[in-house]
Amino acid sequence: MRRLAMHIARLVAVMLLGGLLGATLVRVAPGFGTDESDLDGRLSSASIQALRQSNANHENIAIFYFHYLGRLVHGDLGMSRTLGQPVRQLLADRLPETLKSVGLGLTLAWTLGLSLALAAVVSKKSYIDLFGSFLAGILLCIPAAVLAILFVITRAPARLALGLIVFPRIFTYARTLLFRTASLPHVLTARAKGIGNARVLCWHILPVAAPQLFALAGVSVSLAFAAAIPVEALCDLPGIGQLAWKAALGRDLELLVNLTMIVTAVTLTANSASDLLGHVSHAGEV
Amino acid sequence: MRWVRIIAIAFLVVVSMSCLLANFVAPAPYAYQFRELPDASPSRQHLLGTDSLGRDRFSRLLYGTRVSLLLAPAAALFASILAALIGGSAGFVGGWLERCVMAATDLFLSLPWLFLLITVRALLPLNIAPFTSVLVTFALLGSLGWAAAARVICADARSFSRSDFILLARASGSGGFRLLWRHVVPNFKPVLFAQFWIAVPVFILAEANLGVLGLGVAEPLPSWGSLLRELESFSSMSGQPWQFFPLILLIAVISCIHLALRKQEPSL
Repeated sequence: MRRLAMHIARLVAVMLLGGLLGATLVRVAPGFGTDESDLDGRLSSASIQALRQSNANHENIAIFYFHYLGRLVHGDLGMSRTLGQPVRQLLADRLPETLKSVGLGLTLAWTLGLSLALAAVVSKKSYIDLFGSFLAGILLCIPAAVLAILFVITRAPARLALGLIVFPRIFTYARTLLFRTASLPHVLTARAKGIGNARVLCWHILPVAAPQLFALAGVSVSLAFAAAIPVEALCDLPGIGQLAWKAALGRDLELLVNLTMIVTAVTLTANSASDLLGHVSHAGEV
Repeated sequence: MRWVRIIAIAFLVVVSMSCLLANFVAPAPYAYQFRELPDASPSRQHLLGTDSLGRDRFSRLLYGTRVSLLLAPAAALFASILAALIGGSAGFVGGWLERCVMAATDLFLSLPWLFLLITVRALLPLNIAPFTSVLVTFALLGSLGWAAAARVICADARSFSRSDFILLARASGSGGFRLLWRHVVPNFKPVLFAQFWIAVPVFILAEANLGVLGLGVAEPLPSWGSLLRELESFSSMSGQPWQFFPLILLIAVISCIHLALRKQEPSL
């Protein structure tokens, strides 16, 4: 219980710091305060001046963040400057879309990655290992954005691109981990005693590898969220990845701070959950 | 596996040399437009054809590869130095400094760095010069990519600071800069090299991602990112499969870097 409370406290502290860091980075960036409207010849100098004045309200980052936290307590996430909608509404509309994409992508990545790694370790067939390593190796060398474009060109379901982006990391790590565990003395003894492959896997390999696999699960959530930005932006999926992309291009401080905090919260929650699960599984094993 | 590594290293050397000598190897300057030949097919004059502005694709590929292959290692070096300074000092000093640095690395690692990178890169001025955009892109990669390496180096520095040879060096009067230069830095080298080589392909791919999203190196200067961006306009109807050549070269180069760095992997 104490461990859980510590995790939650750490999560909240890092989340708040993450929001502050995001806001600070946006504020100190050289392009802050300028946008496309500065170059719009149709706007009069008075209009441009008025737009600049509205941006100047965010000049002091400490004051901005203090006001932001005050509003956050009351559930008000502010207004998106570029999209002209409440941030809360935008997030409510788009978060389910991203969660669906990330969930599908992670399911594909884990099913493919873990089953190939397990097949390579259990069957000891070199061609399975070679196939998995080759596929993972190629996918690891393709930038996420290019993979998204390839999915657009081939008209394949864009959500699956997320799975192929995360798959090589899962396969590579799981394969190495399982191979290493399978060569531990207690596994060799079990095999020497004639215990079957399935039992060796379920009783002697997976329980030992479980804490690291849980940690990998936490990291894979972070990877999937990062990959969601280029995939959603290029495949026109209306999720928070695309929203982050639009917010970044529109220099939308309000939206960026909220998105930074949400992405940090999701990542940290996934890592903390995997950490706790790993701890529980390790304690059970001992 | 030794011959595979040798082939990979040889390929990397050939690609690097052709890019470094791009001024002599390339048939045309990267920005030169053959206005009468837009979207031309491959020929003896234009080995990979021309783009929609009539620029020679092969020349742009050579110059673009040079930009990525020169600046990704530079960014990796910057990130490694930053990680060594931050992680090394935290590990040696310990106490509150180590706790603060670890909290900072936790924070950096919990934010998906592509998100951070896109945010910061998008906030740069709109009318940025091509050369400045290259420097800014890779400087950003370097300054945001230190956290993971700093954790590893901090752990190493902690164990060094408690090791017998450091204790012995301190006992025999070594201290300050001498201790750092003669005893600590030589022991850090393998970890730093490993972190550096891990970062190079990561930074090449990150630049490519930024470039495809239109936030990388500004036109007309080519880079892998801006060359791959052309794929956005690809359609099977136009029938220009040679547009995929930059992608094939990128995959080949990154694979060769991975193969060249690969250690003997465990197997049953």
